[in-house]
Amino acid sequence: MVPVDLRYTKEHEWVRLDGDEAVVGITAFAADQLGDVVFVELPAVGRALAQHATFGVVESVKAVSDLFTPLGGEVVAINDALAGQPELVNSDPYAGGWMLRLKVADAAQVDGLLDAAAYEQLTSEG
Amino acid sequence: MSVVGEQLQPTIFELSRPGRGGGKIPHPPAGALDRIPASARRATPPALPEIAEPEVVRHYVNLSTLNYAVDTGFYPLGSCTMKYNPKLNEWAARLPGFAALHPLAPDAAAQGTLQLLWELEAMLAEISGMTAVTLQPAAGAQGELTGILMVRAYHASRGDLERTEVLVPDSSHGTNPATASMAGFKTITIPSAPDGGVDLDAFRAALGPRTAAIMITNPSTLGLFEARIGELLEATHAVGALAYMDGANLNAILGRFRPGEAGFDVMHINTHKTFSTPHGGGGPGAGPVGVRDALEPFLPGPRVIREADGSFRLERSGERPTSIGRVRSFFGSTGVLVRAYAYLRSHGGTGLREVSDDAVLAANYLKALVGQAYQVPFDRPCMHEFVASAADLKHRTGVRTLDVAKRLIDKGYHPPTIYFPLTVEEAMLIEPTETESLETLDGFAAALIEIAREAETDPELVTSAPHDAPVRRLDEASAARQPNLRWRGMTGSEMPCPD
Amino acid sequence: MPYGPHAAGDRARMLEVVGVDSVDRLFDDIPEALRSGPLRLDPPEPELELSARLQALAGRNLTDLAGFLGAGAYRHWTPAAVDQMLLRSEWYTAYTPYQPEVSQGTLQSIYEYQSLLAELTAMDVVSASHYDGGAATAEAALMTSRATGRKRVLVSRGVHPHYRGTLATYAAGAGLTVEDIPLVAQGPSAGTTDFAALERLLADGIPVAGVVAANPNVLGLLEDMPRVGELAHGAGALFVHVIEPVSLAVLATPGETGADIACGEGQPLGIPLQYGGPYLGIVACRNALVRQIPGRLVGLTRDLDGKRAFVMTMRAREQDIRREKAASNICTNQALLALAAGIYLTAIGPHGLRDVAALGAARASELEAALAAAGAPRIHDGPYLNEFVVRVPDAPRVHARLLELGVLAGIPTADLLPGEPALDDGLLVCATEVTTPAEISRFASALAAELTMAAGLTGGAA
Repeated sequence: MVPVDLRYTKEHEWVRLDGDEAVVGITAFAADQLGDVVFVELPAVGRALAQHATFGVVESVKAVSDLFTPLGGEVVAINDALAGQPELVNSDPYAGGWMLRLKVADAAQVDGLLDAAAYEQLTSEG
Repeated sequence: MSVVGEQLQPTIFELSRPGRGGGKIPHPPAGALDRIPASARRATPPALPEIAEPEVVRHYVNLSTLNYAVDTGFYPLGSCTMKYNPKLNEWAARLPGFAALHPLAPDAAAQGTLQLLWELEAMLAEISGMTAVTLQPAAGAQGELTGILMVRAYHASRGDLERTEVLVPDSSHGTNPATASMAGFKTITIPSAPDGGVDLDAFRAALGPRTAAIMITNPSTLGLFEARIGELLEATHAVGALAYMDGANLNAILGRFRPGEAGFDVMHINTHKTFSTPHGGGGPGAGPVGVRDALEPFLPGPRVIREADGSFRLERSGERPTSIGRVRSFFGSTGVLVRAYAYLRSHGGTGLREVSDDAVLAANYLKALVGQAYQVPFDRPCMHEFVASAADLKHRTGVRTLDVAKRLIDKGYHPPTIYFPLTVEEAMLIEPTETESLETLDGFAAALIEIAREAETDPELVTSAPHDAPVRRLDEASAARQPNLRWRGMTGSEMPCPD
Repeated sequence: MPYGPHAAGDRARMLEVVGVDSVDRLFDDIPEALRSGPLRLDPPEPELELSARLQALAGRNLTDLAGFLGAGAYRHWTPAAVDQMLLRSEWYTAYTPYQPEVSQGTLQSIYEYQSLLAELTAMDVVSASHYDGGAATAEAALMTSRATGRKRVLVSRGVHPHYRGTLATYAAGAGLTVEDIPLVAQGPSAGTTDFAALERLLADGIPVAGVVAANPNVLGLLEDMPRVGELAHGAGALFVHVIEPVSLAVLATPGETGADIACGEGQPLGIPLQYGGPYLGIVACRNALVRQIPGRLVGLTRDLDGKRAFVMTMRAREQDIRREKAASNICTNQALLALAAGIYLTAIGPHGLRDVAALGAARASELEAALAAAGAPRIHDGPYLNEFVVRVPDAPRVHARLLELGVLAGIPTADLLPGEPALDDGLLVCATEVTTPAEISRFASALAAELTMAAGLTGGAA
């Protein structure tokens, strides 16, 4: 089951709106597909990202995947804990494994994202 | 049955005790270093281990027994061509005349080596169907970079500066797209067709005035000869692009297909695969590159030149301004090239064709046997290697290709290449080579078939393999999360004793 | 085929199982028009004849001359144990250790190599190996660009010209600009990196990714490496220190000079000269740059039972996984040469390595005195370890003449570093622990005779 209060991308990122900010991570499905995550490369705070731009890279033992931001905006925080504990992406993808906090540029972009049901549908077709 | 030694070794740092070892170098005169200013000197001596020679030797001998190797057993690692490494070649490379020759020795002092290199270039040109060959690149990947930089220089020399893309099939080795990036090109990935070849329509759609080159591995990493190669080459040249052949799988086509003659413009050869200069546990290799006329002016330097009087010399710096320059220091990995030369001379033209015939026959024979228990996705003759898949087995029993590979270790075999190419689910890429006997091939096939049976009856036995190796499966996640890349234990009593 | 395994009838049995009547059928996928005819190569040569041919070729090389060649490749003595260990075919006939359970020998040997070189360089991280000093220097320069996001690299002309050439080739592909830092032409610092020029280059407004300098430099001179580091860091650039590993037994390490990256040629560590390779590229860096270092890395870990074991790690940086986004395309490296270096350092020990460096320095002092007495004094004033430049009028001609007399009289600096007028009359000469007093006197007396004769000819003409 994927959390119902989040929105999703086809590339398996999730986003949670929090006022005019948004928190971004990758889904449990994505983390499972990658296997044991060993490294997460995140952007510098202050960087401006366009919607769907690459914001970093996640590495597992034998795979690597680009990360795409579901929403455009300026990076206001990154999850420093992932530097020492990248395994949080596997063990707690929707909370402790968060990656970015953005100042959202255009809240209307949310409307183009998948809701939980649509995302679940996508992964079950997998 | 354990196929390798069992005795794990302490590190050389743990074996160190102050005052052990030494005595190999005469003592330098007192004050030998007095003319070196104190500010230029090292403050603390390096904490290198101190070990007496008997323990040094025992350490490295025991460590070596923890390796599986071609000389200890069957090593069917796909795309790696793990054939027998003739001992003559090791002997030859160690002849003092070759081994002790300084790379900046004047040409007059290097005539034997220069002649060998010149002859080797000619032999490789004949085998590849190319006009000219550089022996400089240190490995296949450096050969690729050399080739693609020559392609870049070729287009630039014609004022054709809009070519920014290199086309690479999705089944290619990772070095191909990585090379394109290093040479400043964008990689365009081309999908495979259902028959395993390049999808010709997708290929044609991607080709255009921005295409600098295509990079094709032929036979492909699926072990299949690219039957539409004529069409691919024609389409490539029609848009003004050049064709690069990754020669990793040359072992299948010696004396059967000469890439330059067929229309490729440039290719590299992995001497450590096809010509049996050993792999060395990961290297050294050598990656000679052959080119046709159009690219010859751009070859890296220095080249070996034969003078009218029959003597040989190295090209001088700056002698050929069109060259892309150096790709490494000195001439090249000459010690590796001596081995390749010996291999080629010992086989000759007829022997090389037999090499490919026997390599292809062995692969097809093994494929027929392995096909009894595993899927073999492409129903046509393979070249020197073939892909098998454990996808059905996995869906039935939960046993994955990784498990099958680890269980092979218990049965005395090195696993094949697994999960490559990426285009086949649960792939095993199996390359037997021409130097394995019928009994060895039969034994390996029987082991694979037995593992498939074990997967049905006792999957736990397979998923927990290996059981008879020096170590069990490793915690690779922790190794990558908290990397420990060097020993830091040399402190206190283990520090070297002062002079 | 000399190494074929088949008995009579084996091929027929295999063909029967495959279900074809001839091996030619297996090549049907090759379009008929593209099939090749027989290879026009000599017939197979039996081992007895081939070994004689190889011996004859090797014998045509002149390797028993009195040799004073250096410039990036050095004649050293190697303990016999090194090659005896390398001849164990469990090492040289194994592949890259992708299956760690049956590759612990290679994996531990590489981990030990990384650790030994980390001690020698006083750096945190050492890669499992690169091709050679040239490729290592090029990769180090590319690292500085990735780490800083800048596209301009400054390289001292004291860095080996082949390394600079390799870097220029790699830079062309990577879109980097490489500029030379000149050498001081005259005075007490002649032959070393021109710091005033470096300061000007760093201050000209175009950001610099890295500054590359070598110690000893290609002329054998010791450089003020901490100063290079200060200037580089002052401009926000990284500092790349090109090393010669034996010298690090006594000279300041990259760790001590403030280097961010160290690179160089590992050949002096027990690897034969063999006309240029296979050699051993060394790349080392600080922890902060570990994600930028290209090539394989071996790490320590545990198996399922908690047993200590070694494995290739941080693999997702490499080309087979990251493909076009990999930092480098390197795959095959120089594992066997890293093993050789590891055995060499272990067999010779810390005191042995220091003695190698010090004995080379002592022999070089003797060489300097003997050549000066013969009429060929040093060109430069600055300190050196075991390699230096002497002034010899008409050096290329004298060099060729001495070769006829059985002396490899170093390298004419006009060939090595063209475009340096101060070096037109120079010979770069080198001594190591294997240089004998007899060789030195042979060189010196031949040179003295040659110079006397040349002076006589000149005098006669005047």
